[in-house]
Amino acid sequence: MSATPSAEAGAVRAQAENWQAFPDPAGHFGRFGGRFVPEALMAALDELTEAYDQARADEGFIAELDGLLATYAGRPTPLTDAHRLTEHVGGARILLKREDLAHTGSHKINNVLGQCLLTKRMGKTRVIAETGAGQHGVATATASALLGLDCVVYMGEEDTRRQALNVARMRLLGAEVVPVASGSRTLKDAINEAMRDWVATVEHTHYCIGSVMGPHPFPMMVRDFQRIIGVEARAQVLDRTGRLPDAVVACVGGGSNAMGIFHPFIPDTGVALIGCEAGGDGVATGRHAAAIAGGSSGVLHGMRTFLLQDEFGQTQVSHSISAGLDYPGIGPEHALLHETGRASYRVVDDAAAMAALALVARTEGILVAIESAHAFAGALDVARELGPDATVVVNCSGRGDKDVDTAARWFGLLDDAGAAVDVDPRG
Amino acid sequence: MQSRLDERFTAAREEGRSLLVGYLPAGYPTVDGGIAAMRAMVAAGVDVVEVGLPYSDPTMDGPVIQDAADAALRGGVTTADVLRTVEAVAATGAPTLVMTYWNPIDRYGPARFAADLAAAGGAGAITPDLPPEEAAPWLAASAEHGLDPVFLVAPSSSDARIRLVAGISRGFVYAASLMGVTGTRASVGTHAADLVARVRATTELPVAVGLGVSTGAQAAEVAGFADGVIVGSALVKVLVDAQRSGVGDAAALDGIGRLAAELAEGVRAPVPASA
Ligand SMILES: Cc1ncc(COP(=O)(O)O)c(C=O)c1O
Repeated sequence: MSATPSAEAGAVRAQAENWQAFPDPAGHFGRFGGRFVPEALMAALDELTEAYDQARADEGFIAELDGLLATYAGRPTPLTDAHRLTEHVGGARILLKREDLAHTGSHKINNVLGQCLLTKRMGKTRVIAETGAGQHGVATATASALLGLDCVVYMGEEDTRRQALNVARMRLLGAEVVPVASGSRTLKDAINEAMRDWVATVEHTHYCIGSVMGPHPFPMMVRDFQRIIGVEARAQVLDRTGRLPDAVVACVGGGSNAMGIFHPFIPDTGVALIGCEAGGDGVATGRHAAAIAGGSSGVLHGMRTFLLQDEFGQTQVSHSISAGLDYPGIGPEHALLHETGRASYRVVDDAAAMAALALVARTEGILVAIESAHAFAGALDVARELGPDATVVVNCSGRGDKDVDTAARWFGLLDDAGAAVDVDPRG
Repeated sequence: MQSRLDERFTAAREEGRSLLVGYLPAGYPTVDGGIAAMRAMVAAGVDVVEVGLPYSDPTMDGPVIQDAADAALRGGVTTADVLRTVEAVAATGAPTLVMTYWNPIDRYGPARFAADLAAAGGAGAITPDLPPEEAAPWLAASAEHGLDPVFLVAPSSSDARIRLVAGISRGFVYAASLMGVTGTRASVGTHAADLVARVRATTELPVAVGLGVSTGAQAAEVAGFADGVIVGSALVKVLVDAQRSGVGDAAALDGIGRLAAELAEGVRAPVPASA
């Protein structure tokens, strides 16, 4: 699945005894990352980098964030033994890291609380965000309400339709939601519009990016705020099983839930780190969102990474049933993990993800987000490959309430008019 | 050695005026239509042409340039068409630059792009999202082919960053007059003159001001303190409006010619900067 690591990547890996060394001060993860933005934003990125460097060394800031994570967001999230899934795959122990139980229903809240506290620290009064599935938008709207910040969320028009309930949620939380009608009308275009806003408002506005992507320091900072997932999971698995897991599996859109759970395990070289990209209709069809499996190195949204592009460097439109994975790029640290071979990435198409969603609902009583269902589909394969003695941790990045409409239509549980139809989703 | 841009700026200084730099995207409304519009703008007094390379994710552009770029891409414009446009426009004798987001050059290969741009008669390229920190391959390729790499400064740039940007730019330094995306504005804003003064304090290079200039009066105002006046969205808007109202190509070219002539008059009548 993973390409042969290049000689350059081998050299990077040799240097990388300490993975904490990434990124370098200019935001590079090996040859990826960096800051490809207009000069007008450079001062703001410098300001943000400095504010973040100070905050992460400030015990007051850390205590405030930890306090919110514990008393507001509901951390630590549990690690659930998925007994019936274990049985289903023939014995491998499957453990679920339950980010779906965090406040607002996904891991996105971890990052947003950190960035919104930082916004206040910088003396800014307004945050803007992009959102695909709406989960990052909901989390940003939530933290903004909590901390008294003005909030504007950009969302592709296509996604406002797919995730209408989350649009209503954000508005209930007091955020302004701006549908974006340019380009492909999905996540990448929402990011474009947020960047256009930011360059004109940067004096009082923070751009709260929702994944481990964008220009430095975002990939590093968002990773750090999401690391709590892996820190907790690692301790919980050790406590529960007395050893490290054989594999950790997560879905990858921009890559924040995956980076968050992977990062603390990176030095544990016996633990396989496996990211699941969205395969849409299948990579061979060209209608997918698998930046590593089907993309190439390039520059988009301020970073060098793998992305879907044509021979002229024009971004190609991604496709996935999952709005949160429907993005033509991937965070630069994943590009490095892939190139060095420390993590591997596989493709899960729409049909496999939806089958996993139905299976997990019936066997574990958990309706997971369609994004997370990609991780489950990958993990079921990994569990079978590794055999009955293996332990596999799956990052259950979010809950599926927002996806009931999409899932019901996929399985034919709703007719065109939206009325219930009595069929068996197992087909 | 003096580049074509250097010669033009020197000559304009001697004439006591600023250079007029006009931007239009390649491939809009068609490749040939775009070439005709750029030639019309040169005939009416534009000194230097920026040929825009339409890109799928124009995060620094407002609605006017976004719409034109979208239409050009839907029409199938390619990097080769952009180079063909450069060749046709450079043939008029006006120094012709490519204005592009970085990824299309990255994908084409910086060395190959520089070679092909030079072969087409191009004078250089403006690369607004390529920061000095990442520019080494492009600087090397530009130097090898005698191209001027042009970089931007913004009102938010520190003096240290202005020095960094001016240090690697050739031809001129592009001063973005305001914090925001491309588009016409009612006024040029007060940041521009300050920014030009700060750039002048660090470099001998000419400074051209862009973003928001759309009228002859604004051009005259900017000419009072800058070596070059850059106009983009206002010119593009003439073409976009002509497409929407269906007035025909001849009328669109007339419109471009009229606006370019008004702007050319503006840069020849600089309003002395109030101290
Ligand atoms: C539940 C859930 N999981 C995963 C993702 C994908 O983002 P990332 O790859 O940054 O974790 C999203 C994005 O919206 C999401 O809502």
